[in-house]
Amino acid sequence: MIFTQPVLEGNRLSISRLLTQVENDTPDGRVALAEIFPHTGKAHLIGVTGAPGTGKSSLVNQLTLYYRKQNKKIAIIAVDPSSPFTGGAVLGDRVRMRDLSGDEGVFIRSMASRGSVGGLAQTTASFTQVFDAAGFDIIIIETVGAGQSEVDIARLAHTTIVVEAPGLGDDIQAIKAGILEIADVLVVNKADRPGVENTERALRSTLELAHPTKRVFRHHGQTTSIDAPEADANIWIPPINKTISTDGKGIPELADSIAKHIAHLRQSGDWALRDRARLGSELDAVLQEELVNRFFERVKKDEYDSVVDKVLSRKLSPYEAVKLLLNGNSEQER
Amino acid sequence: MTDKKIRVLVAKPGLDGHDRGAKVVARALRDAGMEVIYTGLRQTPEMIAEAALQEDVDVVGLSILSGAHMALAPRILELLKANGQSDVKVFIGGIVPDEDAPRLKEMGITGIYGPGASTEDIVKDIREAIT
Repeated sequence: MIFTQPVLEGNRLSISRLLTQVENDTPDGRVALAEIFPHTGKAHLIGVTGAPGTGKSSLVNQLTLYYRKQNKKIAIIAVDPSSPFTGGAVLGDRVRMRDLSGDEGVFIRSMASRGSVGGLAQTTASFTQVFDAAGFDIIIIETVGAGQSEVDIARLAHTTIVVEAPGLGDDIQAIKAGILEIADVLVVNKADRPGVENTERALRSTLELAHPTKRVFRHHGQTTSIDAPEADANIWIPPINKTISTDGKGIPELADSIAKHIAHLRQSGDWALRDRARLGSELDAVLQEELVNRFFERVKKDEYDSVVDKVLSRKLSPYEAVKLLLNGNSEQER
Repeated sequence: MTDKKIRVLVAKPGLDGHDRGAKVVARALRDAGMEVIYTGLRQTPEMIAEAALQEDVDVVGLSILSGAHMALAPRILELLKANGQSDVKVFIGGIVPDEDAPRLKEMGITGIYGPGASTEDIVKDIREAIT
């Protein structure tokens, strides 16, 4: 395969072109992904998520500058939303990352979400494999500006950073389920703004309310389930870091929190657990897609359309229609 | 979702700070279903070529209002070529005197658009250029 060897050697043009093939899900892309797969599993995946305007891109910029001083090779995948109407997108995260240009140890790739709603694109996980195989030490994934339920990143990343900023809501926001639950590290960015103490206090009291929980990832069912709290020294309590990402204040401390989290993952065995959960859910996704494709190869279009017609005229419910399509069983028909 | 998306880098080289035109074009390309990577103001030719490489774009759109197009355009084309991306089509929008246009096209610039150009034409020309 033309891509595999140069990608493993870190050739930037080949990496870039392979990412395009992967993003467009071409046969070439699939072959190359299969070939590079044995070379993956080395990189540390860091997810950065949070509401729009909390300063995710600037934070990624600063964090990368910090890691570059330690000579780590950094890949950044920046996801922005696609228009639901035209499929077009304006990907603007690079604007905040201009400090990183001209550095051979950094590779930034922007990605449109292309219809996915979990905060990532469908092929983001495959992108991380390409960068992983190409020898990047750390892969930072910046999600689309996330609201409350864009939690796919928690399944992909080893360490998920949730970025908050002062003035975005009261403490009720903080006890809702979803995005705060997935945080391994919490960041209150724009810490020079008024209200930073309130935000920090709300986050801290949330952490105290929901006593540290051990997270259990399930292979099937796709959801992240949480077990009852255990009094276990192995439980990770998300630290809260204050940063000012325009001038880099708090970044070394944030990097320290991330390093502690990695050490915790390795020592507690969560690293392997997360890898297993991630690859399991990736397998599920591919399996679902393949099954659907096989199904459509088998079923005739007019047959399918006639079932849709029956649903439309309320003769069949969608559940009954699926039964009919899968079993060829029309007993359910009214 | 397997249809090939057109990816466009919209960049603003040079020192003037007027990015309204670049933003209007970026928005129009988005509305035409393209994926636009917007890099912001004051990009050097090196930064633009690097971004084009990392993003594997089909098209680079340059917004140049400073009059420096005869210096910037050839440098960017040269860097793209050096990176193995001579297939990337480069368009310029901004203020380009009529007498410079033929020379820019000779260098390899695909399209040039001045004030009053319609975004529909730009969209159409991009689609034609990359097929």
